[in-house]
Amino acid sequence: MSWLLVCPIVIPLAAAVAGFAGRGSERTQRAVSLAGAVGLAGAAAGLLAGVWRDGIASVQIGAWPAPYGITLVADHLSAAMVAVSALIGLATVIYAFGDTPPGPLSRALHPLLHALLAGVCGAFLAGDVFNLYVWFEVMLIASLALLVLGGRPAQLDGAVRYAALSLIATTLLLSGIGLLYGLTGTLNMADLHLRVQEVEDQGLLTLVAMVFIIAFGLKSAVFPLFFWLPASYHTPQTAVSAVFSGLLTKVGVYALIRFFTLIFRHDVGYTHELLLWVAGLTMVTGVLGAASRNELRRILSFHIISQIGYMILGLALFTTFGLLGAIFYVIHHIIVKANLFFVSGAVDRLAGSTDLERLGGLYRDRPLLAALFFVPAFSLAGFPPLSGFWAKLLLIQASIERDEFVIAGVALTVGLLTAYSMTKIWLNAFWKARPDDAGPPPPPAPPRQRKLLLAPIAALAGVTLAIGLYARPLYVLAERAAAELMAPSHYVEAVLGGGGPVAAPSDGGDAE
Amino acid sequence: MEPIIAVLVGVLMAATVYLMLSRNFVRFIFGLALLSHAANLVIFASGGMTRARPPLIAPGETLPPPGIANAVPQALMLTAIVISFSLLTFALVLAFRTYQELETVDTDRMRAAEPSPAGTGADAGRGAVD
Repeated sequence: MSWLLVCPIVIPLAAAVAGFAGRGSERTQRAVSLAGAVGLAGAAAGLLAGVWRDGIASVQIGAWPAPYGITLVADHLSAAMVAVSALIGLATVIYAFGDTPPGPLSRALHPLLHALLAGVCGAFLAGDVFNLYVWFEVMLIASLALLVLGGRPAQLDGAVRYAALSLIATTLLLSGIGLLYGLTGTLNMADLHLRVQEVEDQGLLTLVAMVFIIAFGLKSAVFPLFFWLPASYHTPQTAVSAVFSGLLTKVGVYALIRFFTLIFRHDVGYTHELLLWVAGLTMVTGVLGAASRNELRRILSFHIISQIGYMILGLALFTTFGLLGAIFYVIHHIIVKANLFFVSGAVDRLAGSTDLERLGGLYRDRPLLAALFFVPAFSLAGFPPLSGFWAKLLLIQASIERDEFVIAGVALTVGLLTAYSMTKIWLNAFWKARPDDAGPPPPPAPPRQRKLLLAPIAALAGVTLAIGLYARPLYVLAERAAAELMAPSHYVEAVLGGGGPVAAPSDGGDAE
Repeated sequence: MEPIIAVLVGVLMAATVYLMLSRNFVRFIFGLALLSHAANLVIFASGGMTRARPPLIAPGETLPPPGIANAVPQALMLTAIVISFSLLTFALVLAFRTYQELETVDTDRMRAAEPSPAGTGADAGRGAVD
């Protein structure tokens, strides 16, 4: 079991290195990339099955005992996140085969994609805060390189904004880790859970919590900190946009959930109330921003922000049911959002534009694509029987249980506005006739390329539909994950082995 | 020793904020460099600072004498310095490439990703938040 925990990090790293080494031959490199993605998916599925069967798994790298060595932990939340990331990784690799023609671009794209996946999986599995920071940096440098790949002016402009705010976020995260270590003398998350309760000045602890809210808030693009996202996400290759939109902000959300259920639960009345406000404002600003845009990918970028609000809402409620909703929402959202970006790329290929003013008639010309767009788009808006309906239902029910009627109303209204946005795309791109000034559509893509583009879209739409029609397995998974988060003693026991730190020193962190 | 470091961190942060408020992206990067120094010093201070007390374990003992500085934050700092160095290098190259392509380092005049008519809304928001 322990080797399975290392696989989701080692496989993509190996695929990245082998991909760089084999960049001389396009064919070898593509084979390596596909093998890496399939291997990661297999390892992630194995990990999820193992955690499902045996509960929380942890491994001490190099057999150094827990609070001192490097720990990897997989609870239900981590395993589910790794599994869904691996799914998106595989879909992206296949899509990129169709979307990026052989050439220098494709040769750089595949290894970097695997480096990004290694960072993402590492962040999900990290059992101590400093390693979390290191994996965030791996993810950041890979995403920066992917963002500027191609070097068009718009990409460089977007990268400037993305780099600026991301670098501030990681530096804040680092300072937060320093302060937390100064207060508690430990970096291991399970150990932190125990030690923060012993900190004398709980007010100072809340201050440190705020540093983490800002750092992870920047990463996950919540209300006042999201401006880097709509400035950059629509600029890179479609495959890159899709993997970013699916995974990157969700790592920030994961970190928020982890920190504010395991470590900072001393002053829920303050920190989680703040998160509730942030959640509401994020939902509203995101959806209003989306309503004001007229370009497919930019509309979708703003919807990422608004959907992040729902996930934060589940965390802010701080009940098992709320967290269940948040986790269900994250997993549903990753699949749907990456898929919508794939669709936008396919629309760009088949109709020559992503500007709603210059699109039209796709329903008549490309009925299959229209059907494949319909599933994720209306799942995002929360139409039954698609996955988004259950996700929204759970969160709204959780809000009402906590008597938070205002936020439940906000969530419903934002859902309505999301439906407005999706209908706008449907009407303009698919329903209305193609405008005369749009010019002739580009020549049809060769069938092989079309298959490579549509296969991942169809597969992910199938997953969305499956979750919608048979939500029980994901519900149970989210329920278990939420129960673990609300009762961290299991997590602590799995990491520290039940007996607490090996030799709990009484003189704080000095003698370690 | 700690109060001096605390003041130094404060001065570095003030300089960072001053530089980052500039519209010039190169100045922003200099601010970023100072910010990472400030963060490293915070970590350094969190391990405690002592004068001339080497963390050596006497023969026959298993623990070093009490009151020595903690070595873990220093190891964290080294890692963080290496990482921030690589990111800083990337940011400088990005600034140079952007200057080549867009012929400006003024972030207000970089409008390639968000062209003006649709971009004004985002601008207004950004101004209000800052």
